[in-house]
Amino acid sequence: MTLTNNEVATNVEMITLTIDGFEVAVPKGTLIIRAAEMLGIQVPRFCDHPLLDPVGACRQCLVDVEINGRAFPKPQASCTMPVENGMVVKTQLTSPVAAKAQQGVMELLLINHPLDCPVCDKGGECPLQNQAMSTGRGESRFTGVKRTFPKPINISSQVLLDRERCVLCARCTRFSDQISGDPFITLNERGALQQVGIYEKEPFESYFSGNTIQICPVGALTGAAYRFRSRPFDLVSTPSVCEHCASGCALRTDVRRGVVLRRLAGDDAEVNEEWNCDKGRWAFQYATSKNRLTTPLVRVDGRLVPTSWPDALATAAAMLEGKRSAVLTGGRLTVEDAYAYQKFARTVLGTNDIDFRARSASEEERAFLGQIAGTSTSYADIDAAGHVVLVAFEPEEESPIVFLRLRRNVLSHNLTVSTIAPFRSAGSKKLNATVIKGDEVAALSGVQLDEHSVILVGERAARTPGLYTAVLEASKKSGAKVGWVPRRAGERGALEAGALGNLLPGGRPVSDPSARVDLASAWDSSSLPAEIGRTSDEIIMAASEGTLISLVVAGVDIDDLPVDARAALQKAFVVSFEIRESSVTEFADVVFPVAAVVEKSGTFVNWEGRARSFDRVLDDVSKFSDARVLSMLAKEMKRPLGFGDTTSAGRELHALGSWDGARVSAPTASPKSVDQGGNAQLISWRMLLDLGSLQEDEPHLAGTARKAVARISTGTAQKHGISSAIKISGEAGVITLPVEITEMQDDLVWIPENSINSQIRSLGKSGRITIGAAS
Amino acid sequence: MSNELIPSKDGALERAAQESIPVSNTGPATLGKQSQGFGVTFATMFKKVNTEQYPEEKVPTAPRFHGRHQLNRYPDGLERCIGCELCAWACPADAIYVEGASNTEDGRFSPGERFGRVYQINYLRCIFCGLCIEACPTRALTMTNEYELADDGREKLIYEKQDLLAPLMPGMVAPPHAMFPGTNDGDYYRGEVTTAHPSQGEQV
Repeated sequence: MTLTNNEVATNVEMITLTIDGFEVAVPKGTLIIRAAEMLGIQVPRFCDHPLLDPVGACRQCLVDVEINGRAFPKPQASCTMPVENGMVVKTQLTSPVAAKAQQGVMELLLINHPLDCPVCDKGGECPLQNQAMSTGRGESRFTGVKRTFPKPINISSQVLLDRERCVLCARCTRFSDQISGDPFITLNERGALQQVGIYEKEPFESYFSGNTIQICPVGALTGAAYRFRSRPFDLVSTPSVCEHCASGCALRTDVRRGVVLRRLAGDDAEVNEEWNCDKGRWAFQYATSKNRLTTPLVRVDGRLVPTSWPDALATAAAMLEGKRSAVLTGGRLTVEDAYAYQKFARTVLGTNDIDFRARSASEEERAFLGQIAGTSTSYADIDAAGHVVLVAFEPEEESPIVFLRLRRNVLSHNLTVSTIAPFRSAGSKKLNATVIKGDEVAALSGVQLDEHSVILVGERAARTPGLYTAVLEASKKSGAKVGWVPRRAGERGALEAGALGNLLPGGRPVSDPSARVDLASAWDSSSLPAEIGRTSDEIIMAASEGTLISLVVAGVDIDDLPVDARAALQKAFVVSFEIRESSVTEFADVVFPVAAVVEKSGTFVNWEGRARSFDRVLDDVSKFSDARVLSMLAKEMKRPLGFGDTTSAGRELHALGSWDGARVSAPTASPKSVDQGGNAQLISWRMLLDLGSLQEDEPHLAGTARKAVARISTGTAQKHGISSAIKISGEAGVITLPVEITEMQDDLVWIPENSINSQIRSLGKSGRITIGAAS
Repeated sequence: MSNELIPSKDGALERAAQESIPVSNTGPATLGKQSQGFGVTFATMFKKVNTEQYPEEKVPTAPRFHGRHQLNRYPDGLERCIGCELCAWACPADAIYVEGASNTEDGRFSPGERFGRVYQINYLRCIFCGLCIEACPTRALTMTNEYELADDGREKLIYEKQDLLAPLMPGMVAPPHAMFPGTNDGDYYRGEVTTAHPSQGEQV
């Protein structure tokens, strides 16, 4: 357990006890095993975990305890007993009785444990191996036949269970119950046959199942993706940061000979505690996929051909020089790379036409983001809140660690969660949330808020005109804090770096001349463009009309854009920065290969506004970060950026500091109904595990994605005669899905946005749908 | 410190300054002394010659000589190596590289769940200490008496799995193939599988 200085200083009552002859004062309620840890005394344990409730299941942590001169007749489990004044504890280091008791427990645990350490994935990093060596007997006295089970069994496509190895510590079942809220595994049977089991009708499809593998103290739960891949002594571990969502988890990336083999949740008490989600843990093969770009490509006679860096730089420079250009960055950049893109746009291309939002986006959102930039609402605010309101935000699917933090507070001190959503989702059920249906703007005005409330608003609010305005108004009226939780890891960083048409770095408004002068002097530039830049839809529109001649496109999937961008990309000169071939590549005239996250250093800014810096994991000198390629390109165009790599770009951004002058004025959009016609309205969001491009080449992970279903109300089903399957027709295609009748408003259809059999992009961009029964 | 060298023994400087040291025995040795010396030469002419005529004649090594490694097989041809990497872990010279993989129903190389997919020994690094042999839990890795390991390229001295695997003896079946019908990995480890079954494939 970690105690920060604050907690010690403000603690009300301290308890003094003696452990192995050392007197120590600890806060009241501390368990003996933790108090011993603070002295550096390691009591062996399996079931004990600082973030799970004590259970005393394995009995490995037995110590001798004496209170006020009266000794307990038998050794006691130190993981369940809180400290008392005047307690005298003797661990295995000073008490032969405790040592003997621990040896006895270890011997019993090993009776049925198979001797298959050489084939076990846990071998080499196994608490059972280590503690058998430190506090066990050297030789086994057991000569009988060990209990065996068939092995391994898949409890999900990525979690394998070997019941012989289990020591019944119940860490996995307690995690599922207390932390993730997915009680899909449980302990079955009793006595020698007790074992971890699954509900056969409900497979273990938790988004957090990887954590059970990480906390399993033996090799009973192992991962399919890492099965038999390596040994701990092969691996070089680097602390890193997750590139998937805006939660900002600390990770540990393990590499063997230049190949990333696995990622584990890192330990950061303020952000992800010790957990992460399965996407962050297992989705990393995209960086080594077959369509990875390795050399620059240039279009010659309609075909992309590999070329040298100098040639590609010269070609791109010629395409951009003196032409009206715009930049689309996508939401996956580090803050340093986003900073490089916007500086390139403003100083080299001379335009504010830059937008990081490759999704539904609105003018209102830009004004809202102008208010958010530079502010901070944090996980600690969720801990302190009495009421959290979720607006256009589904935490379990869109930011899983925010979900875990909400759930922890719901369970531990009765945090109330309200969600403005069309129906009660699985995540809302686990948060015990009050679901407010109907018009989102009206619903928000009806919610009771005070200064201890937090409003978490998701990026999908951009789809509802007036919602961002309503959020800010509600916050102003009540004093509630506002947190903006985008879905992608790079969006908040791009906002802080100023990769937006109306914002300069640090939240400086483009419209404010003093902000422009401030930045121009810092950049040693005579002037900066004053005209507010276009949004991503306007950029696409202008390119298809021919107003914009060239486009610089970073990691953007064109199907994510709310308008059809194909014609625009066909018409414009496109300079693409990509790690792999993407939907933009076929339209690109120059393609620069850039480094994946593991091949560069940088910083993601999570939804809190917290900088999450990470170092390079793989030493591959042939891969250049976006910032480095942009600086080369700027040099080619004779207007150098002034930095050559991510470190110096980050230093420059840091030196600029935040803006304390006037902010962009708050949004003032009024709600209006968005009726696209058709016989029903389509609503949707993305699932955590879906067809996202960073989840490619991960068959085990994809196996636990939730199956796509369409949700409609009973009324809608009756009206259209839909019983088991629904057919949703758009102007470009048809989606057929099984139906789940859900308590929600009539004439609404919810489907996942980008899952198997349910890709909304296939319906076309207008959003007009007609529904009917499918045969 | 003084720049002068100080002799460690009395009179050493004087002895070092002498130009020559007088020899006490002047003139040839006596005939008796000479024949005693030549007697050694003469007697040696009738002794067994120690020179080994390598490489024309190869002399067997001591039976426990530490030579090239070998990856052994079970009597039905399945590999003993389970890819556990304990040999690599034990190796003080970091000469061994192993990657494990999962046996499947269609591709079984060893009994049990796991086999060694990649197995390399770098003989530029190996010091033939034999700790890998001690570490091997299945007796998959043993050492042969083969000592002719010189070659003319560094890359040729990194031996791959196919270079190290024991040859298929008569009665063995080349993997991948299924385990002997009705047995499990435990039976293999206990030595209860003594030959290949016709259902396992064509024997060598």
